[in-house]
Amino acid sequence: MSKLRAAQILGLAAFVLAPAYLGAYPIGVLDYILVSAIIAIGLVLLTGIIGMVSLGQAGFAGLGAYTAAYAAVNWGVNPWLTLPIGLAASAVGAAIIGGVTLRMSGQFLVLATLAWGISFFYLAGALPMFGGQNGFGNIPSLAVPGLVLDTDRSVYLVMLASLLIVVWMSVNLLDSTLGRMIRSLRYGTAIGESSGADTFALRLTVFIIAGTFAGFSGWLYTFLLHFIDPGAFSLDNGIQYLFMAVIGGVSNVWGGLLGAAAYTITDRFLSGYVQQFFGQTFNISAIFFGVVMLILLQTARGGIWPFLAGFYRPKPAKVAPLAPPDRAVMPEPGSLVLRVENAVKRFQGLVAVNNLSFDVDAGRIQALIGPNGAGKSTMFNLITGILGVTSGKISFLGETISTKTSREIARLGVGRTFQHVKLVPTMTVLENAAVGGYLRHRSGLFTTMLRLNRRREAQALAEAAYQLERVGLLGSQSELASSLSLGQQRILEIARALAGNPILLLLDEPAAGLRANEKQQLGELLLQLRAEGMTILLVEHDMAFIRQVADRVVVVQYGEKLTEGSVADMQQNQKVREAYLGVD
Amino acid sequence: MNFTIFGFLIQNTLSTGAIYILLALTLVSVATVTRIIYVPIGEIMVFAPFSLSLLMQGQMPGPVWLLLIIGVLALAMDGVEMLRQRSRHGWRKALLLYLVMPLVIAAGTWAATGADIPFLIKLAAACAAPVALNPVLFRIAFQPLASATRLILLIASIALHFALAGLGLYMFGPSGLRTPGLNSVAFRLGRIPFNDQFLLITGASIALIAGLYLFFGFTLYGKALRATAIHRRGARLVGIDTDNAAQLIFTIAGVVAAISGILIGPITTLYYDSGFLLGLKGFAGAILGGLADYPMAALGALSLAGFESFSSFYASEYKDVIVFALLIPILLYRSWRQPAHVEEENFE
Repeated sequence: MSKLRAAQILGLAAFVLAPAYLGAYPIGVLDYILVSAIIAIGLVLLTGIIGMVSLGQAGFAGLGAYTAAYAAVNWGVNPWLTLPIGLAASAVGAAIIGGVTLRMSGQFLVLATLAWGISFFYLAGALPMFGGQNGFGNIPSLAVPGLVLDTDRSVYLVMLASLLIVVWMSVNLLDSTLGRMIRSLRYGTAIGESSGADTFALRLTVFIIAGTFAGFSGWLYTFLLHFIDPGAFSLDNGIQYLFMAVIGGVSNVWGGLLGAAAYTITDRFLSGYVQQFFGQTFNISAIFFGVVMLILLQTARGGIWPFLAGFYRPKPAKVAPLAPPDRAVMPEPGSLVLRVENAVKRFQGLVAVNNLSFDVDAGRIQALIGPNGAGKSTMFNLITGILGVTSGKISFLGETISTKTSREIARLGVGRTFQHVKLVPTMTVLENAAVGGYLRHRSGLFTTMLRLNRRREAQALAEAAYQLERVGLLGSQSELASSLSLGQQRILEIARALAGNPILLLLDEPAAGLRANEKQQLGELLLQLRAEGMTILLVEHDMAFIRQVADRVVVVQYGEKLTEGSVADMQQNQKVREAYLGVD
Repeated sequence: MNFTIFGFLIQNTLSTGAIYILLALTLVSVATVTRIIYVPIGEIMVFAPFSLSLLMQGQMPGPVWLLLIIGVLALAMDGVEMLRQRSRHGWRKALLLYLVMPLVIAAGTWAATGADIPFLIKLAAACAAPVALNPVLFRIAFQPLASATRLILLIASIALHFALAGLGLYMFGPSGLRTPGLNSVAFRLGRIPFNDQFLLITGASIALIAGLYLFFGFTLYGKALRATAIHRRGARLVGIDTDNAAQLIFTIAGVVAAISGILIGPITTLYYDSGFLLGLKGFAGAILGGLADYPMAALGALSLAGFESFSSFYASEYKDVIVFALLIPILLYRSWRQPAHVEEENFE
């Protein structure tokens, strides 16, 4: 047994046995920490993992709490059975608020959640059915056979078990195909959409998970206190939960628990002991935490977690490569794969692509070359659906794709890399490669969170390792993507695209930043992919590299096609020489 | 509802609407120049009338002490920065803005506590510290975050709001404040009486808006601020110090907030934490304009005030619910109009 595992077991035992050795007051504080931590963990997923901030979590907690309390008191529903009712209420609330606002940038989302938080507070205070400002009392207790859980001590294990479930489910989610895609969302939607993921749906899913966690916490709070009022779910509380998450550290699920503990204990200390020196009109907690947050944001934005993470860094196990059991069915060599017909793209006055037409045939490596600003990357973005054509038509295997979205095109079997590398810097090389296999390996949300898909997940990583082996990066699989050189990062993008099992591969300047021998290896890889039947379209400036791999070249200048033909033809072509070197 | 009440609600709409417009315009200009959503503007807003009330009672208002303390802090931060960079660049400004000015304001405010000081001088003294706080707050809270994302800046803004609201409670106590206003009837429109306070609020608001328009449109500093709003890096390249620009727009925001607070004092009871909700309502108006369009922001703020006035008549219990729940359909409308917003954020 490792030291880490021993420490984990000791820590868990200390928590489980807490009611046996702690007094009434500390148990009460501990209950409150656990309840708050569940909301803070939801915020970690939201803030730290996908980069969105919500100030309305107290409102979602209130939604769960009030619904459960209402069902228990007015309908006489067994307290345990009010849990699904409360969770459903907060999930629906989060789905509505998120559905309305998640398309907007982070700031608008924050303001919407803020408006929601305030609205909930006033609404709960105004509705007579919820007791108005006086609140809702006489809420029955949870009970197990032979024991009514009506004290802080007796209900403690319910709190602890709830927290552990939430942590376990969150960790399972993040360590999965679904979770890796979710972790990429912080770095924009391009990675996800080009791998076939519906990034909006994923963002909404995380928002709903965070809201449901908040509702879970509200439910626990209801049966901990047996009394709820609007004050417990005010905007100030919503802000405090965000403070907890930031103080604990939003980069890790455990940061939520750390933050809840640090915040709650400090708050109790300040309002219990220090307050008396200043009198009642000095809200020392608000001032203290406001200032602490400002200092943290300026000096240690990662919160407490990174300082402890040094002791807790499990080395990821090496994954052995395994070839995918199935391959994409490649079209007959020489048949038409991609056809661009009279494509035009205008950005207001600027015509970036003007009436461009060309074909790409199966099993060929075709290069798109031209001076800087010729419209090559724009053409790539038109093919992959990141930009829409102004006019013209693009078809893939006979199907029109110029009206489809990025992810629909990706699902048809078009993989791509980017001119400006787009990787998730905080994930390992292996995890980044696995992102590309999202469509092949993802499981449902509940399957993932309950860890029922381990074999599928293992397969996803083994296939990602196989792609790394193909491109020659298997040795660096456990390193962070950000530690690779720029050239290697480009290669990693190719591995990611390959993990999606594409028919057509679009590579935007794959050789830029590579050393001579790396270029050689890349060229060999592309030739091998071609031998397997893959079709490749690439933008490149390196003529030696193009000579090594390309079957055919299309030359573009000022958004228009100058000429096309074999590499040798192009080198002799006077117009091409003029375009690159100027008229002599 | 009879005609008199209708007239009263219209008058209320225009008065509070004028204040919301001021707040909306200020928040939009701060947001475009600095990327910061300046949530604590609400606290600054209530600092002024509370300070005035204390001055009228011959007491020294708390914001003055706060200004002195954070001034020293800002000076120390600049000092450390100078040592680290081995440069004395900007020491005059630091000394002037963070030490001399707070001391002058403290001395002036102290002098204005006297019983026989004219009202207008007390008024100016009451506004001085709340206004001067803003550039100093920028220095200590936001300037170190210059390279941070909008989201981090917003969290910092909320943290600052939290701390200032806590200090507001300490400085002014939990009880409400209603300053005397000008209640004599100025004119009648049909049967509806309009009082002097209404004239003062709308007149002062229009004057302020005109002033801001002239400042941004025709002065060099105003143009520098607009340049910063359009392109920060570009502005830096042509020699505009974006930190100075930010402090300037914060000061302007402070002036508008302090005057708004003084104006709104007689028409609503203010508490130490009222400013937050008032600022938020101004902000809700600004969102209507997408945080960039001034006429739309003003229109939004005005219609919000209308909603508020009329819903407080029909369903006073649900007044704030209605106002804030209204934000959500507004956001829905905006999200339909600009679905590509998510990508834009990534260019930062």
